[in-house]
Amino acid sequence: MASAEEVAKEAERRDIRDRWLLSAPALIIIFLAATGPLLIVVVYSFLTPGPYGDVVWKFSTDGWLSVVMQRDIFDDTLAFADAHLSIFWRSAKLSFMTTILTLLFGFPTAYFIATRPARQREIWLFLITIPFWTNLLIRTFAIQEVIRNEGIVNTVLIKLGIISQPIQMMFTDFALMVGMTYVYLPLMVLPLYASMEKIDFRLVEAGYDLYANRFQVLRRIIIPLVKPGIVAGSILVFIPALGAYVTPRVLGGSKNMMLGNLIELQFGQGRNWPLGSALSISLMAIVMVALLFYVRSAGRQGGTHG
Amino acid sequence: MGSRFDIRRQTGFATIAMICFFALYLPIVTVVVYAFNAGSSIAIWEGVSLRWFYQAWNNNQVVDASIRSLQIASVAATVATIVATMAALATTRTKPYPGLGFKYAFINQPLMVPEIVTAVALLIFFSRIKIWTGYSGLGYLMAAHTAFCIPFAYLPIRARLENMDLTLEIAAADLYATPWKAFRRVTFPLLWPGILAGLMLAFVISLDDVVITEFVKSGGQDTLPTYMLGQFRRVITPEINAISTVFLLISILIVTVFFFISRKKDQE
Repeated sequence: MASAEEVAKEAERRDIRDRWLLSAPALIIIFLAATGPLLIVVVYSFLTPGPYGDVVWKFSTDGWLSVVMQRDIFDDTLAFADAHLSIFWRSAKLSFMTTILTLLFGFPTAYFIATRPARQREIWLFLITIPFWTNLLIRTFAIQEVIRNEGIVNTVLIKLGIISQPIQMMFTDFALMVGMTYVYLPLMVLPLYASMEKIDFRLVEAGYDLYANRFQVLRRIIIPLVKPGIVAGSILVFIPALGAYVTPRVLGGSKNMMLGNLIELQFGQGRNWPLGSALSISLMAIVMVALLFYVRSAGRQGGTHG
Repeated sequence: MGSRFDIRRQTGFATIAMICFFALYLPIVTVVVYAFNAGSSIAIWEGVSLRWFYQAWNNNQVVDASIRSLQIASVAATVATIVATMAALATTRTKPYPGLGFKYAFINQPLMVPEIVTAVALLIFFSRIKIWTGYSGLGYLMAAHTAFCIPFAYLPIRARLENMDLTLEIAAADLYATPWKAFRRVTFPLLWPGILAGLMLAFVISLDDVVITEFVKSGGQDTLPTYMLGQFRRVITPEINAISTVFLLISILIVTVFFFISRKKDQE
């Protein structure tokens, strides 16, 4: 005779088993077409490049070494080379600048939306949502239309007589930064708005009662209150910016490469799949560190408020 | 001072916000306006015309790429939504059980990894399979799109489930409904807006994808975004603007419907 406890336990076990079966198709598809292939990249980073792309199944650490080294074609010695590292550095720098710029513009925008009357808020929010879901390629094309030599900015400046020659903005770091800020701005505004929506303005009122000025209220009350939104927005911008491929390809040209384009190059003309794999894993590692930082800081936030 | 002191106001914020909205829309509006240009430049205005829409409509490459995009997005969004619904049912409304955290992490994994890395991984993996099986059809693109659409379909469905009242289902069970019947007659109708939101989100995400498609596609398998990316290297005519405008219109339509479905959910 099974006791009531055993029956309950059996039911629970069956429930968990059913739940695994129910989630199995999603897990299997993601494993086959996302997670699994990532593991293969790790294997490929330790193989030898094939003559026409792909790999030869022979163990080699050259893929990883070439991230920071260059093999001399004459005497086969290894020497430190910063060509790839400098692209890492450029990507990190541009992504960081993009994050700061989106924060500088996104913060007031999100605050503006959050302090509108409820009905208006919907409309402003909708206006942010549309570019958010508009094809990234179209938005990149659109910003290119504005900043290229015959674009609006140059045309207007020339017509106004401020400049006589168009300013070359395309294919520069400036273009990349403007483009990425434009493309990723909604990613910053939405999480910022989500945390600003919850601000308790009685705290702000208390601040003014205690003779704080507007800037002090902003710095000592509002910014600390919306810190989770700032961190979330920064992560949401920094990570895709670091791995950006489309924007630098269109706006940066071939000289102003970012990490994503360097990786592509190894699988195309570079014909060095192991190096491309090693670079991909490095990029993923940086992203994981950033995410870990986010999870820890989110956990700390939860700790102090809960 | 006569006017009331507004505690919510921050000096200059409204101005910056207006600049942002202006900057967000100016480029998009420019693209749309020049789609109607009569001349063949995307910088000099020569009058209104629909010739570029007409030309795009008669461009076989554009039409083929559009059909391919829609095929892939339909299959990927449908499959992703079905399996995401199942996964959402399996991961909500229960006390934590072993493997629950693992499932969350796994389902969201495609969101955590930079797209370019996933693209490279799929290029490697699928090129092997292409050699082994000899198959090089659209199946690879559909599989890849399904995988990265799953987390997008999963999120709104899960959110909807978590806010749903369990009472009705318990009542159904009390009235001797079988689990399947209770799902079909009670859970599913309540969950439907979430599923629809997930489906539309997945559809837009698939339609928009550039990076993964660019790496996975075989020759002659351009989708609309990869076709456009290829055209950027050439002399650009307003035909690209016309294509962008139609694309934009479809996205805005889907997003608008999505926006109102998910808003309604909040108000309930």
